[in-house]
Amino acid sequence: MILSSLEVDPKEFERRTGWALKPEAACKGETCVTLPDDAGSAALDARTLSQRLGMPLIHDADTDVWCLGPEAMGRALTTARAPELILPDYRGNQFALSSLRGQKVLLVAWASW
Amino acid sequence: MWQALRNELHPRGLEIVTVALDVNPEAARVWIEQIKPNHPSLIDSARRVDELFGVVNVPNGVWIDEDGTIVRPVEPASPERQTPPEWQRMADHPDVPEQLRETLKLATGIRIQGNEYTGALRDWVAKGRASGYRLPPADVIARSGVRGKAEAQAAACFELGTYLWDSGRRDLAPRHWREAHRLQPDNWTYKRQAWSLADPFQGPTDLYDSCWAEDVKKIGPENYYPRLNL
Repeated sequence: MILSSLEVDPKEFERRTGWALKPEAACKGETCVTLPDDAGSAALDARTLSQRLGMPLIHDADTDVWCLGPEAMGRALTTARAPELILPDYRGNQFALSSLRGQKVLLVAWASW
Repeated sequence: MWQALRNELHPRGLEIVTVALDVNPEAARVWIEQIKPNHPSLIDSARRVDELFGVVNVPNGVWIDEDGTIVRPVEPASPERQTPPEWQRMADHPDVPEQLRETLKLATGIRIQGNEYTGALRDWVAKGRASGYRLPPADVIARSGVRGKAEAQAAACFELGTYLWDSGRRDLAPRHWREAHRLQPDNWTYKRQAWSLADPFQGPTDLYDSCWAEDVKKIGPENYYPRLNL
């Protein structure tokens, strides 16, 4: 996720990464990682998340923009639970993958290039 | 491309959702509007599915069951039996520029396993939990592609480059994309997106160390998509 400073908004972090923040831990599927007790603080430190969750933290010096990458936990999926995916359709309407519960889904990634 | 299969299988409980991995959403929209699909056709210019599902090339498919459990992770997904016949015709046509002909010749050697893939899909739609193509969660995770330090770092570099491209600093994007290519050379989506913005035919440019034809030649077009492990 793109960051303009090293402060990470917890709600945005959850929405963007699929990790759920709990008191003193971050969890995704069956995996939980302990976090320092920052209870009461409105923002998380990107360096802490980077270190604990194995997320790369990189910086563009010209624009002073940061990017916190996905967790490096060995595999692209840490759980077989499908992550929530909310994207605009080609007409611009927001679509949630979870709205298709009850049907089988084939999700296909393609590109014009 | 998926419309006919969707029409066949939707009454039996399958929905097909296509996600376009285009930094420039208009580039995808032109194609979608020609087809006018009746299934959800999403545009992912921020490249969320790469990160969430581990997509490394297109077209790639993921199966998700009625409960929201992934039962087959990312793998090559095509409904076609072969590469388009016009590629071969253009590859042989003397009026087509030499470099493009070389690219097309390589492209016609790509292995497409549409019969096997759609056969497996039809089996799953018909049999559900009893289908042998449905994988248990441990296999889904194990087959979902490697994401170690290099791959995670590559994802961050690609995202940062894409953000800079989108926010008007197009000059700053290539250096982060080059780093993503270096860190995860088998991720074709990172390479093809970047190459295509420098040259529509993804040929050699000053911005990048390699190009589509050069990289495909190295591995052989038959290995461009890993063989399906059904």
